[in-house]
Amino acid sequence: MIMRTFVVVPAFNEGRTVGQVVRSLAPVADRVIVVDDGSSDGTAAAAAAAGALVVGHVLNRGLGAALGTGIAAAVALGAEAVVTFDADGQHRAEDVPRMVEPIAAGRADAVIGCRTSDRRRMPAARRIANWIGNALTAALFGLWVSDSQSGLRAFSRRAAGELEIRCDRMEVSSEIVKEIKRHGWRLAEVPIVPIYTEYSMSKGQGFITGLKTAARLLLRRLEG
Amino acid sequence: MTVIQIFIVAFVLFAVSRTVARFRDGSLSLAWLVFWCVLWTTAGVAALLPRTTEWFARLIGVGRGVDAVIYASIIFLFYLVFRIFLRLEKIEHDITLVVRKGALGKLAGEGDKDEKL
Repeated sequence: MIMRTFVVVPAFNEGRTVGQVVRSLAPVADRVIVVDDGSSDGTAAAAAAAGALVVGHVLNRGLGAALGTGIAAAVALGAEAVVTFDADGQHRAEDVPRMVEPIAAGRADAVIGCRTSDRRRMPAARRIANWIGNALTAALFGLWVSDSQSGLRAFSRRAAGELEIRCDRMEVSSEIVKEIKRHGWRLAEVPIVPIYTEYSMSKGQGFITGLKTAARLLLRRLEG
Repeated sequence: MTVIQIFIVAFVLFAVSRTVARFRDGSLSLAWLVFWCVLWTTAGVAALLPRTTEWFARLIGVGRGVDAVIYASIIFLFYLVFRIFLRLEKIEHDITLVVRKGALGKLAGEGDKDEKL
């Protein structure tokens, strides 16, 4: 491994998939940190049994909160590169080294894994929702990213340390784009191959959650 | 005096008395006491002396006094909801910070065990 890479996996009631996800990450990560976000289905036990370091929230606080905790833990434990990775089995572990490569080569401070490079893989409804997410993010924060809602990202140690996450829920994906713009980090976009299963589709943002996320982003932007 | 005027004035008196009570028990700051008293007094004056709203309507360029009051009320309510949203978000995030502190604190406590992972 080129850099001491820690993979942060936020998980809320992902007991069915998290163990397999952690095991798949073992060859590509120096350490896997699963943030159990107040699950009630044995997610923490499944993750620990698979060899992950489990950090537990006593209450469910949302995706953004779990990412914030996981990234803080990774930085505290000495990570040189921090990768965020979904617990629902949507990402492939073999994409992790490709995510870290631009950071190791000194070309990027932040990397976003883009699921849109092979458009046929993404279901049409998801593709439209993603485009709206990208457009809204660009309009609010002034940076166009091909896949602003992607859960697979990588950060250099410096970027992970400086990253300030204030959104506790799904808005975090757009907030990270905001942070990239605010800090002037060099961004690399790496094509990744998503795996869409019925399970991972059911775990993504639904229409109503998407609307709520958009509304919160707008209101937060008003806040300045 | 019409029934609606009596109703509004009674409600204003009730609201002011509750505001003062909240200030007395320490759950409302002096600034908010003044703000709410001015707001409720304005509502009372507008109800008792409707002509004053016509002056306000002319000032902001709206035809009727009652329209001006409704517009102003809606804007004020939106602003209030926005303030409450911000406050709620802050409280939510503060809860997250407490939960995170607990989670990372446990991690530090398990330092030795952690090295084996």
